[in-house]
Amino acid sequence: MKKQNTFIVAAAVTAAMIAAFWLLLVAPGYTGNEINMTRGVTDQSEINYQLHMIVLWICVVIGVIVFSAMFVSIVLHRKSKDHEAAQFTHSTKAEIIWTIIPVLILIVMAVPATTALIHMEVAPETEMTVKITGFQWRWKYEYVEDGIQFISSLDAESNAARRLASGAEPAAVDNYLLEVDKPLVLPAETKIKFLITADDVIHSWWVPALGWKRDAVPGFINEAWTEIREPGIYRGQCAELCGKDHGFMPIVLKVLPKAEFDQWVRQQKRLMAHEEAEVERLWSREELMDLGKSVYTAQCATCHQGDGQGLAPAFPPLAGSTVTRGPVSEHIDLVLNGREGTAMQAWGNMLSDADIAAALTYTRNAFGNDMGDVVQPQMIARIKNG
Amino acid sequence: MAHQADNSYYIPHGTKWPIIGSLGLITMLSSAAFWVNDSEIAPWTFVAGVLILIFMLFGWFGEVIRESESGMYNAQVDTSFRMGMMWFIFSEVMFFAVFFGALFYARMFAVPWLGGEGTGAFTNELLWQGYEGVWPTAGPDDLGGQFQTIPAFGVPFINTLILLSSGLTVTLAHHALRNNDRTKLVIWLIATVVLGFSFVYLQIEEYKEAYQHLGLTLGSGIYGSTFFMLTGFHGMHVTLGAIMLTVIAIRSMRGHFKSDSHFGFEAVAWYWHFVDVVWLGLFIFVYVY
Amino acid sequence: MSIASTPDMTHSTDQAGDHAHNHDDHHDHKPSGILNRWLFTTNHKDIGTLYLAFSLLMFFIGGAMAMVIRAELFMPGLQLVEPEFFNQMTTMHALIMVFGAVMPAWVGFANWMIPMMIGAPDMALPRLNNWSFWILPFAFTMLLSTLFMDSGGPAAGWTLYPPLSLQGGQSFAFVVFAVHMMGISSIMGSINIIATILNMRAPGMVLLRMPLFVWTWLITAFLLIAVMPVLAGAVTMLLTDHFFGTSFFNAAGGGDPVMFQHIFWFFGHPEVYIMILPAFGVVSEIIPTFARKPLFGYSAMVYATASIAFLSFIVWAHHMFTVGMPLTGELFFMYATMLIAVPTGVKVFNWVSTMWKGSMTFETPMLFAIGFVVLFTIGGLSGLMLAIASVDLQYHDTYFVVAHFHYVLVPGSVFALMAGTYYWLPKWTGHMYSEKWGKIHFWLSAISVNILFFPQHYLGLAGMPRRIPDYSTQFADFNMISSIGGFLFGSSQLIFLGVIIHCVYKSRQKASGQAWEGARGLEWILSSPPPYHSFNTPPVIDSSTLAHVDEAH
Ligand code: HEA
Ligand code: HEA
Ligand code: HEC
Ligand code: CUA
Ligand SMILES: [Cu+2]
Repeated sequence: MKKQNTFIVAAAVTAAMIAAFWLLLVAPGYTGNEINMTRGVTDQSEINYQLHMIVLWICVVIGVIVFSAMFVSIVLHRKSKDHEAAQFTHSTKAEIIWTIIPVLILIVMAVPATTALIHMEVAPETEMTVKITGFQWRWKYEYVEDGIQFISSLDAESNAARRLASGAEPAAVDNYLLEVDKPLVLPAETKIKFLITADDVIHSWWVPALGWKRDAVPGFINEAWTEIREPGIYRGQCAELCGKDHGFMPIVLKVLPKAEFDQWVRQQKRLMAHEEAEVERLWSREELMDLGKSVYTAQCATCHQGDGQGLAPAFPPLAGSTVTRGPVSEHIDLVLNGREGTAMQAWGNMLSDADIAAALTYTRNAFGNDMGDVVQPQMIARIKNG
Repeated sequence: MAHQADNSYYIPHGTKWPIIGSLGLITMLSSAAFWVNDSEIAPWTFVAGVLILIFMLFGWFGEVIRESESGMYNAQVDTSFRMGMMWFIFSEVMFFAVFFGALFYARMFAVPWLGGEGTGAFTNELLWQGYEGVWPTAGPDDLGGQFQTIPAFGVPFINTLILLSSGLTVTLAHHALRNNDRTKLVIWLIATVVLGFSFVYLQIEEYKEAYQHLGLTLGSGIYGSTFFMLTGFHGMHVTLGAIMLTVIAIRSMRGHFKSDSHFGFEAVAWYWHFVDVVWLGLFIFVYVY
Repeated sequence: MSIASTPDMTHSTDQAGDHAHNHDDHHDHKPSGILNRWLFTTNHKDIGTLYLAFSLLMFFIGGAMAMVIRAELFMPGLQLVEPEFFNQMTTMHALIMVFGAVMPAWVGFANWMIPMMIGAPDMALPRLNNWSFWILPFAFTMLLSTLFMDSGGPAAGWTLYPPLSLQGGQSFAFVVFAVHMMGISSIMGSINIIATILNMRAPGMVLLRMPLFVWTWLITAFLLIAVMPVLAGAVTMLLTDHFFGTSFFNAAGGGDPVMFQHIFWFFGHPEVYIMILPAFGVVSEIIPTFARKPLFGYSAMVYATASIAFLSFIVWAHHMFTVGMPLTGELFFMYATMLIAVPTGVKVFNWVSTMWKGSMTFETPMLFAIGFVVLFTIGGLSGLMLAIASVDLQYHDTYFVVAHFHYVLVPGSVFALMAGTYYWLPKWTGHMYSEKWGKIHFWLSAISVNILFFPQHYLGLAGMPRRIPDYSTQFADFNMISSIGGFLFGSSQLIFLGVIIHCVYKSRQKASGQAWEGARGLEWILSSPPPYHSFNTPPVIDSSTLAHVDEAH
């Protein structure tokens, strides 16, 4: 008798616990962002949310039916209650029923699932195109029609706080790990096509509020599309394991009303024109070192480390390296074209000429390399253009 | 020993061969791993591993052959061996299926996509402009440089004939064995062995030609990769099969096998037919088509 | 009818016995000395024991790695390990659990039980059996040794996707060859199991009378032989891409990184059923015993198993809905995946029907079996949600997936392994284990495993990607709950270890041949522990000794 009671109590506790979890999940008050799938700001995300809820409920109902039947028999059909075991071995009728009914349920699920998938995958006429390139461990965005391009990486504050035993309190950092230096700026209520690819390994571009993720596969371009309803800030992350800093490769969307977006585009174009002019002039050593330091910290330090000592065994030190202390032309060549088959990628198409010149100048002179020479943006431009 | 008559299924008691095999295997494979990482002594330890494995195979099979020849196995043991061999060959089939799969995938999906077919338009335009995507190909970057392929109706065709006729000779040997015609058995077996090794010889010549004159190497993009992987693994299997046939031939000369019970012979013959069939697939999908 | 031929009682076998070894071949004569008993053994029970002990060790090693993962994820910020090492832990944890713990454990069960269940003296190919096992310790030594190399262990996830896996340095080749060795071991083990089941059955043990555990293993062995070579091929291509300049997975040479994923999952999906089908088998043995009622719908169970195995070959790309497949492909793989719910449902319903109107008692094996049915079903249902391609674009690579597969693997496969262990321990050792501690182990495990994995559903839905060492603060609460559950679950497994050790070495309570009142099947007509060679004389088979008699079929 005692044993039996313990069992019933324990069973009830487990059952209650599982039920409580499920209830938490489906209770209306908890459908917020923190515990359930986001409803997002696109048709796609809304459709997926609805579909998710439908399927979830179907599963909950099936679970409840199956488990109730089981628990009824556990409570009633036990030896301690002197229940005699029946000896039936099968029932063709029952077996046919519980083959057919699940098939019907599946068909009911498959219909909305099919239309949803078609909606996701078949893009309408789009109004603008953004090319997204993932590389270890940031995103490069190119506005195909407007020629704007930039790299977006984890912002400095999160980046400092996330170091092992940094002592920083994550909660004290705004949007810890979900903040970038330059967000992807997009217009609301515009049909946008994304061309997604990668430079080194596979990444996956995911902003939950848009309702999908798409893998960025090196050498191939995957297409996706969106139309965002509301302006706002939306955050996401790389969703395919891509190496040591996979967890530190956030995505931030800044969605502006159309008019503001156009303004932003004009401003970016002015900046670009300015930059082009800058390439032509001769830069001072200090200017190059200053810019170089910031480029180095933002782009190179993840691998080669802030102090240029690298991270053995994968990432070589730049301090005292035969390349940084070697002939300029080879140094430029390496950084522009990267090294095939290693994590050292080709930076030629990633950074502006001034950035590259500055980073080279900086690495040739910092960390005790003291080569004393400077690399001018002009040189880079000339080499790039053959 | 009445109880033994009941237990007619032969169960060996204790065997040292497997653990020797494992030692050989780990020596061989860990050496291979050191070898690709440019260790200098690894090639030698690799060879040592292979030798241990060969020692193990001879020891193990030798023991089985002795047991078999002294009549310790009944029909049920024989069936177990047969099933073992059949399922082993099935696993080999699946192994080759992977590389055929890679070939088909590359030709039907990857290369056309890179060449801009269907949904690949942007891939081609933005990443690989100007790439045509026609087979054979070393890919958009022409990895490994220009190459020529090996025409099907030269050496490969001769090799096809060689393997097909070796399939025939091994069957003739089997018939001879069943009819207890030992002389014919040995003659046909030797013919099969000779054909087998000629195949290997011609393939080596073909590889030389590919590397030295055609510019076709393992590094020649996806074509070179699939070509050498498929023909290479096949060639290794032919070599192994030919060695096994040699062993069988020697055993036949020594008077092993009975006309009604000769699992060892059949296992090798099955294996040989399997190698043969794989080659037909290769000939069609790698060379001709 | 049966393929098993009647024993052929020629005198040659007599000589054979004498020839191979001179001692009187007594039924219960175990070889003496550690080397003879364990290293050179050809005995199915000893090899089974080796497999089980090895997999238990691996379970603890893999579990310790999981504890590192959970400890680092206990709160936001990096406290314990570098991200690179975290990735190595994730990768190794999975490789060890899948290839080192769960798969060998099932082979161990197969070795112990199949000959006894079909009335055979031993496995069909006893020497090969020894080799299948004795490759494993070498393979895993090689795999684990990579953690101590300069470049560290593999860190690209157990799926080894290129190009990331190709960035692995020196240790990469060791990983590839270790996988090859595991493959060889599994293939040989499976060949042996198939040959045993098809060729060694006692007269009268026709296929459709075999215990379900035997049936599920027959089908599992087929799956293994079909897909382990595929994995071997896939990692071989990785090796040549890394070291020999081929371009299978490199677009510049005309290859495609996604091709690896197709090949890997062609192996990988059947692989997950390899881990669950024997679990279905064990549960189908245990529930009838403790419900004191024949298994409901025996033949339906067999056909359902076969259907699951068949379907498992045509659903692989449901792991790849986000890679950019054509729409028709996505639809096909979605429908095929959803279909698996039907045969699996048949199984679940049949287990419930077996309990229905039974006369149940709740010893530890039964508790684990019931826990299995409930929690596996929850995992299966979340699998069904993942199968909906469009929504998987949200679920994919989040903790929702992690929750799904741990539900089917931990309270799924692992619970079934524990159920089976408790069920057959009395048979194996001749002693009863401590029922009290068994129950405590069950309740602690069943509760903590839910605390461990249930909150991960929420994490995934709220947007936490998998395989990250650190996360945004909004995920903090559930991660902490999950980690606490993890530590609890991990510690509870020490009880499991304790119960086993106690049962083997200390327990004084003898188990009878038929350890459980309601147990049916040939293994129970043998003494506990059974003789060294299970059935030297093929047993006489009638319906009272059979585990399952579904008379209508
Ligand atoms: C034992 C292992 C196991 C088992 C049995 C399953 C079973 C199933 N799995 Fe799971 N799965 C894994 C192990 C397993 N899986 C692993 C390890 C991964 C991740 C790999 C990685 O990426 O690392 C994974 C990932 C995974 C994905 C990819 C997710 C992603 O990465 O985006 C998908 C998608 O379709 C999926 C689906 C399913 C389905 C439909 C089943 C079905 O078989 C479930 C069927 C069962 C039921 C449905 C419940 C019982 C049925 C009823 C009560 C009947 C009534 C029901 C209905 C009519 C609905 N699984
Ligand atoms: C059969 C397979 C199996 C099993 C049994 C488990 C068991 C467990 N798994 Fe694992 N897991 C996988 C297969 C499995 N897992 C796979 C395939 C992946 C995907 C990998 C990838 O992404 O590539 C994964 C990934 C994975 C992750 C995600 C990692 C990530 O994405 O970054 C996590 C995180 O919580 C996790 C946790 C656990 C825990 C806590 C257990 C527990 O159940 C373990 C419990 C056991 C023990 C703890 C050991 C026994 C006890 C001791 C050693 C005593 C000491 C105890 C204490 C100190 C408390 N697993
Ligand atoms: C994703 C990681 C990563 C980033 C980011 C990175 N590098 Fe590297 N870099 C590497 C690796 C790996 C190597 C070593 C390549 C090899 O093994 O030959 C390397 C090598 C080098 C070398 C040659 C060092 C030597 O001694 O061989 C130089 C110079 C260099 N990088 C400069 C840079 C500069 C400048 C930047 C930023 C603009 C940068 N790297 C960003 C990974 C990176
Ligand atoms: Cu980029 Cu993960
Ligand atoms: Cu799957």
